[in-house]
Amino acid sequence: MEAATVPARPESRPRAARLGRWLLDRSLNVYAGLALVYLMVPIAIILLFSFNNPRGRFNFIWSGFSLDAWKHPFAVEGLADAMKSSLEIAALSTIGATLLGTLMALALVRYEFRGRGATNLFIFIPLATPEVVLGASLLSMFLSFGFATGFTTILIAHIMFNVSFVVVTVRSRLIGFDRSLEEAAQDLGANSFQTFVRITLPLIMPGVLAAALLAFALSIDDFVITNFNAGSTVTFPLFIWGAARVAIPPQINVIAAMIFLVTLVAMLLTVWQQRRAERMAAVRPETLEA
Amino acid sequence: MTLLQRRKRLLPYLLLGPGFLWLLLFFAVPMYYMAKVSLQSGTIDTGFRFTWELSNYSNAISTYSEQFVRSFEYAGLATLLSLLIGYPLAYTIAFRGGRWRNALLLAVVLPFFVTYLIRTLSWQTILDDGGWVVGTLKFFHLIPQDGRVLATTGAVVAGITYNFLPFMILPLYASLERIDHRLLEAAYDLYGRRRHVFLRVTLPLSMPGVVAGVLLTFIPAAGDFVNAQLLGTPRQFMIGNVIQSRYLAVADYPTAASLSFLLMALILVMVLAWAKFAGTESLMGAEAR
Repeated sequence: MEAATVPARPESRPRAARLGRWLLDRSLNVYAGLALVYLMVPIAIILLFSFNNPRGRFNFIWSGFSLDAWKHPFAVEGLADAMKSSLEIAALSTIGATLLGTLMALALVRYEFRGRGATNLFIFIPLATPEVVLGASLLSMFLSFGFATGFTTILIAHIMFNVSFVVVTVRSRLIGFDRSLEEAAQDLGANSFQTFVRITLPLIMPGVLAAALLAFALSIDDFVITNFNAGSTVTFPLFIWGAARVAIPPQINVIAAMIFLVTLVAMLLTVWQQRRAERMAAVRPETLEA
Repeated sequence: MTLLQRRKRLLPYLLLGPGFLWLLLFFAVPMYYMAKVSLQSGTIDTGFRFTWELSNYSNAISTYSEQFVRSFEYAGLATLLSLLIGYPLAYTIAFRGGRWRNALLLAVVLPFFVTYLIRTLSWQTILDDGGWVVGTLKFFHLIPQDGRVLATTGAVVAGITYNFLPFMILPLYASLERIDHRLLEAAYDLYGRRRHVFLRVTLPLSMPGVVAGVLLTFIPAAGDFVNAQLLGTPRQFMIGNVIQSRYLAVADYPTAASLSFLLMALILVMVLAWAKFAGTESLMGAEAR
């Protein structure tokens, strides 16, 4: 790696210049290390303060180790209900968005049709719109219809913002897809439905799973859009928002730590599964010959 | 045969249909209703009526110009800081990460695994008046003895930078990683100095990443209100804070709706200006990926 980017130079370079280069090399690594620390510190703080035994209503100052919050994560009123709504909305919106988005991605990568460019743009625009605007415009529509905001409207909103993310994720995986495998299946007598279920779907599954994971994480984390369309329904982020003004119990950190760990494990599993799929897809005659 | 061909031609539209309809109904149509609301007059008590009230827009600009300017200042500053922090990090991971590359990339996205609001709240802990950051700054007399970090512009910008930094790093990494190393070797073989190789080969080749990263960071940053709310005071409030409170606390829907459109229009203008400056080609290249 190092050798490829910094090939040998003429021997006549003065020593001072070489020292300067060495220092620059090291300082770049140190700088990058510090940037990583900047990214990691808040996470460490969150995990650490889930073990705090706070004196006041706010969990901002370290005042002793305690396992209380971990033993009773739902001892705070309303937290369990909020978490339940969050999980339900995340699960349902993930299913909906993954289904809609995967079909769209298939159409966009597989077929030449009129309006493809425009559709790509249309899917891209929600990603480039600030969340406040997405939330506010949906609320405007619901208000105009006199439609009461609540669980249903949150779900509608979450599917809406997740669809674009799913399309983008699945599409990027589909682009490198080897179509000769499908042709082979059809040559062997499979009809298009069988080909899709037995060949296409298993091959794009890692991409679909990655997209579903992303959708789930985005849904469970969303505050801004939810805040506009929640009515009296409280999700986990909305619970934190309310708590931030009155009291922040360490239980909030515990739940955040749990979500963090579950997401991490799920992410590692998808990466592992993806690698396995890539390895399997790589075993093909032309690679063996090469 | 013709029936089969017709079906084949219809298939993409059938696949697109449901998702397209969803986006149409819950993304595009709401924009129309927001436009309608932004032209209404009245109050929550007397009821709103559609009257082509264009003055909502001029009133919104004159009343909240300060927050608009602040939003774009903070977002610009946070984007610049993200680029300064993110580029060397992305460069190091791409060129020196070796077999740790994927692990390092995972570390970059780790903050996204923690709920956004909690991430921001943890900055309250870090920058707390009794915390070690404030203590250290006081020790070196970088802030006065009764000085604070929390509830200042610095805290809000630091929070925004932190929250959107991975959006900057990921596209930067993606474009740096794809650079053909043979090009760099060629430059060195031609006795290019390190600095020149970076400025004339590496940096131009990574421009699509810079363009995409700047957009992905700037757009959410300009619309953010969480950081200003949790880490700042009303003196740091951005346009997002105004939209949020006009909609949800004051129920002044016409003003909030016109502010939302103005925000979107301003962001669009900036994106177009940036695209013109950076070249549409790299913008499209970044999008197509």
